[in-house]
Amino acid sequence: MDGRGGAVELRETHRLTGHADRAWALAWNPNLGAGASPVLASCGGDKTVRIWKRAPDGGWQCTDVLEDTHNRTVRSCAWSPDGKLLATASFDATTAIWEYSGGDFECVATLEGHENEVKSASWSQSGSLLATCSRDKAVWIWEMQPGNEYECVAVLQGHTQDVKMVQWHPILDILVSVSYDNTIKVWADDGNDEWHCVQTLTEADNCGHSSTVWSISFNQKGNRMVTCSDDCTLKIWDTSIDLSQPETGEGHESWQHVSTLTGYHGRTIFSAHWSSGDFIASGAGDDAICLFVEEKSSMVEGPSYRLILKKEKAHDMDINSVRWCPQDPRVLASASDDGTVKLWELRGNILA
Amino acid sequence: MTVGMINANPVVHERPERAAHHAHAAAAALDALDVFDTVRDIKDPEHPYSLEQLSVLSQESVSVDEKLGHIQITFTPTVQHCSMATVIGLCLRLKLMQNFPSHFKIDIKVAPGSLANEESVNKQLNDKERVAAALENPNLRQLVDDCLCSDHSSSY
Repeated sequence: MDGRGGAVELRETHRLTGHADRAWALAWNPNLGAGASPVLASCGGDKTVRIWKRAPDGGWQCTDVLEDTHNRTVRSCAWSPDGKLLATASFDATTAIWEYSGGDFECVATLEGHENEVKSASWSQSGSLLATCSRDKAVWIWEMQPGNEYECVAVLQGHTQDVKMVQWHPILDILVSVSYDNTIKVWADDGNDEWHCVQTLTEADNCGHSSTVWSISFNQKGNRMVTCSDDCTLKIWDTSIDLSQPETGEGHESWQHVSTLTGYHGRTIFSAHWSSGDFIASGAGDDAICLFVEEKSSMVEGPSYRLILKKEKAHDMDINSVRWCPQDPRVLASASDDGTVKLWELRGNILA
Repeated sequence: MTVGMINANPVVHERPERAAHHAHAAAAALDALDVFDTVRDIKDPEHPYSLEQLSVLSQESVSVDEKLGHIQITFTPTVQHCSMATVIGLCLRLKLMQNFPSHFKIDIKVAPGSLANEESVNKQLNDKERVAAALENPNLRQLVDDCLCSDHSSSY
């Protein structure tokens, strides 16, 4: 029990075991058929991807193991918006695209081009674009063509060190990348299929991070994002992007720092994720998970966020990924160096 | 190594013999001496001497907070421009990972002022993604394994 404001609790409901090495990343399938049970993908140092489904009796089982395609660590995975394709980014310098058909996952494409470890992949909201990033400092944008063909439409250079994660905006074709060079970069199309960096958020100029930025997540509306870092902070950013004018490119460079959450994690924060219910979860090298919400009552000094819960020893080792379930915003999944994936249920009246 | 050495003429110290400390204490708390004993005989990547013999490591290099589950090693490369520092750091980390419970948090740094690019080396040594990728690199892994294998007090 946390003791802060009553009975808010993050209860461990399931422990998914099977990975033979650290579990690096998680992805919930965002688009299931009506009435279908949630589906979670996990990947890790054992070079495999595992697909987990909830059985009719409520238990979770691993239904598929995607192996023998990547020959090094699978660093991250991402479902396409329609839930039909899974992209997996690997230290073997490739990104694989998997399709579920005929009761099996089949690798239908392998994207080659990065010089070394691919660390992250993200699908744009329409599903027509896929972004990948690598230790080679580049971000690539791929366009899906008929027949499982992927054409590289842009190679974005700008980061001075390896790029840890890419994430598309939930509504617009705006891409954000975060890096070992401590910066956050915002990329947009100028309307002529030319991609440019429209904003770089740094420590010196924007109250940004002072060490590696590991992860970025948007809120559902797309007007805020959260980033987390080796500097042991989370930062909240706000924009005046006009969401009603998706094609104009207006205001893409408008991200501003609004809040720094510091003092909650004692070691590197590897993952942060914003739920559709407006909770921010963070997972870190201190083995803890923290949850934050916006403090609605203190608008006098601008938006602020408060800790509602810290789950110490959520795992036996570093937590690498935290992801809210899109179909059930009270369910959180976490992946750890201890090789396990855990499912958690958020209980209690949080907003009371 | 066929390429030119980073430091061709290092100062080599004798390996001081040390009585096995608290042999009775299988269940005793982990301390800095346990950690030092585990890493002192790791071979330098470019010399047939141990890290201790080259004064890259000493007992003072290690600090342990058992309660917090934290091990920190601060090593001193033999020269200011030691490109082997990242390999030494990998050796230390792998050795600790192989010998101590996995829940221990490990921080590895070079001694302040010992290296020209101290900050960037420290950052790289403690980025676990870079470490994981490096240990999957066959050439680098071979180099690291060689340094650990020639370690005659090894426990595996």
